[in-house]
Amino acid sequence: MKYMLLIYENEKVEEALSEAELQQVMTEHFTFAEAIQKSGNFISGEELAPTAASTTVRIRDGKRLTTDGPFAETREQLGGFYLVEARDLDEAIGMASRIPTARTGSIEVRPIREYIPPQD
Amino acid sequence: MADPASILERAHREDYGRIVATLIRVLGGDFAAAEEVVQEAFTAALAQWPREGVPREPSAWLMRAARNKAVDRARRSARLDARVSELEAVARVEQALAPLPDGDAWPAAPDDSLRLLFTCCHPALSGEAQVALALRCLCGLTTEEIARAFLVSPATLAQRLVRAQRKIRAARIPYVVPEPEALAERTQGVLHTLYLVFSEGYAATEGPALLRVDLCEEALRLVRLARSLLPEAPEVASLRALMLLHHSRRRARFAEDGGLVLLDRQDRALWDREQVAEGLAELEAALALGARGAYTVQAAIAALHAQAPRAEDTDWAQIAALYGRLSVLTPGPVVALNQAAAVAMARGPEHGLALVDDLEASGRLADYHLLPAARADLLRRLGRRAEAVAAYRRALALVRTEPERRFLEARLREVSEA
Repeated sequence: MKYMLLIYENEKVEEALSEAELQQVMTEHFTFAEAIQKSGNFISGEELAPTAASTTVRIRDGKRLTTDGPFAETREQLGGFYLVEARDLDEAIGMASRIPTARTGSIEVRPIREYIPPQD
Repeated sequence: MADPASILERAHREDYGRIVATLIRVLGGDFAAAEEVVQEAFTAALAQWPREGVPREPSAWLMRAARNKAVDRARRSARLDARVSELEAVARVEQALAPLPDGDAWPAAPDDSLRLLFTCCHPALSGEAQVALALRCLCGLTTEEIARAFLVSPATLAQRLVRAQRKIRAARIPYVVPEPEALAERTQGVLHTLYLVFSEGYAATEGPALLRVDLCEEALRLVRLARSLLPEAPEVASLRALMLLHHSRRRARFAEDGGLVLLDRQDRALWDREQVAEGLAELEAALALGARGAYTVQAAIAALHAQAPRAEDTDWAQIAALYGRLSVLTPGPVVALNQAAAVAMARGPEHGLALVDDLEASGRLADYHLLPAARADLLRRLGRRAEAVAAYRRALALVRTEPERRFLEARLREVSEA
């Protein structure tokens, strides 16, 4: 089963990190990604640009509304994700707790909905 | 011979949980389907036993019936799903649960019960959902009974259960005993859930006590199950000791008019001595297993109370020290309040009052009736009656349960009239 591990953190926390600290976090991410690649759980993963670069689009009454910033202002922002394959929620939770950001922000473990193909 | 209905009722109390536990595994983790087939088995028994007599091994009969219903169910759904062959689906169920010859006792399946316990108490489910699932699946309570116990509508409770089962399926919460490295952490989660059930029953936060299912009894059943399944887990023994020692006082806790009777005024002859002895033995067992956690300290405090023949014999110095330890393990205003009360008993009300005043100044218990109640009690003992009256009035403005209200009103009368 596929799970999305959504990485949330207060962007200000990351901005406040020193160059060396940032390097440390990146190294931990690489180590983690490499480990789950080796174990066959990794599907993909990306870091997102800060929400300052974000734009939200809605269509209302057929008209496009484009606004600056993320959909909702929250204390923690979505900063990246890993898409992983896991046996069950326990395995996915185990992986989520190895993401370095789990110590400073939060990781949401969200299952990918499985569609059963139509039968003929 | 006892009548079939009462035998069936007892079987429901004793066996429902473990039959469901096995059927959930057999049906690949489908809680709703498992509950359905087990209920069908009980319905079949209700029809058949009065006619044909009660079987020699009632619980084995029920398990066998549930298994047959599960096979039927697998066959039916395979017919509706072109991708699954009927033979395979049936074989899967039959292999997951080998049949036994008629009349034999069905061997216990502790692994299944343990799976069910850990899955009901999975931290990915909300606390409310965990409690509801545990009472429903492990204790066999009906949705209506659980709803009444928690003072919510049956519809709300039913929805809570459906949501929980849906999450188990959608997020694929596994029906397993956790891996060894996660076992201790997950066991803590189980204990926390059982503690919630017990304290809800013990405190009965709102409303009349009479209408409620005895949640304390259910919590005791669950903790006994956990204890038998996890015999080496120290804090399980501690929690069981704690529950037994508290529950042993149940007959002394309420006056005839329903008012609450505090420890110092309880008739200790009403304490359940057998339960006290069992609780003390469990505490011994816990300590021998190396238990040192919060439940252990709380059980040790309850044990000191249980061992005092009269209220004035209580070893308050040791209790105050244990509360000090507890406030390190689980810091919080309620523990601090209890510590203040123990210090007042050990060293004098003025020392306790100083701690209560600190707590009040911190503002952490602003709406909690027990803070002004504790203050009032200490002021009363110091002879500061006018202040005590004011504090009792404040406590009365905040109190939510009827027995506690009566208790505070009685104390207020005493102080006003003295």
